[in-house]
Amino acid sequence: MSLYNPFLLTDKTILVTGASSGIGKAIAIECSKMGANVIITGRDQNRLKETFSLLQGEGNLQLIADFSTTEGINSFVEKLPDLNGVVHAAGIIKRLPLKFINEKALNELMQTNLYAPALLTQQLYKKKKLIDKSSIVFISSIAASFSSIGNIMYMASKGALNSLCKGIAFELSRNGIRVNSVLPGMVQTNLTKVITEQEIQDDIKRYPLGRYGKPEEIAYAAVYLLSDTTQWMTGSLLTIDGGITLR
Amino acid sequence: MQERFISLFKETLEMEGKNVQPGDLFREYEEWDSMGQLSLIAMIDEEYDVVIEGKKFQEIQTIAQLVEAIELEKTK
Repeated sequence: MSLYNPFLLTDKTILVTGASSGIGKAIAIECSKMGANVIITGRDQNRLKETFSLLQGEGNLQLIADFSTTEGINSFVEKLPDLNGVVHAAGIIKRLPLKFINEKALNELMQTNLYAPALLTQQLYKKKKLIDKSSIVFISSIAASFSSIGNIMYMASKGALNSLCKGIAFELSRNGIRVNSVLPGMVQTNLTKVITEQEIQDDIKRYPLGRYGKPEEIAYAAVYLLSDTTQWMTGSLLTIDGGITLR
Repeated sequence: MQERFISLFKETLEMEGKNVQPGDLFREYEEWDSMGQLSLIAMIDEEYDVVIEGKKFQEIQTIAQLVEAIELEKTK
């Protein structure tokens, strides 16, 4: 008898965006380890290949996708098989103080962090790629309501993403599709390399649990939300942040 | 270049009316903090189309060295 595990993703097909690095990469790997067939997309083809090489099982797929236009999203969705779940992990960050934010930077952030997941979800739904009881997961951030220096544009994009999640969750509940978000605190990924080592060490001291998160620790939450254990869970914003927002 | 930069620097750090010299160790200004640093990097990007990497930026001590770094990037 195999060990009891209600969190297995055996025979589920899961799409993971932003899988070339960081949290998206960890999610793709953990989903494959839990038995899912994983379809990955990402901006950096070389790093995407590396993620692909780390996936377990034979049923995985890597696809080139351009989520910056509606046409790109539509043609991508047409190539997809039926899905049991999708994790929107693609995201970018740019820190600019209020005096320096501008239309171009705002558009870039909103495009990647909000419009792309919104329109991709719409197309997945319209083209009936999400089969019964499937699960949609957005990787948001505690930044949606937790300020840090110069993070205005990113905060706004993630706040809007949380609202998007709840709106879609309500609308798709009639189809038995559940929609939830994970809100990580600072996780050790490439997104964080712009600040100095000293600033990082000082920032880590503010975390009640004493360190930044690991990408896998966010991936496990995605696995949970994709698994059959969460069939009665929708519209939730799951914070995983080492306690930083307790302050 | 240097004169214009100092004027932009003062505006960015909200130090209008203060005495700012090329040899000043700008990190010792009382106005200097992480928001100031982020603002300065953003200003240099906006005004000069130059992005100074975090690590390199940490090595820069004076206003004159900042100007040098921008000019060096510009010639690349």
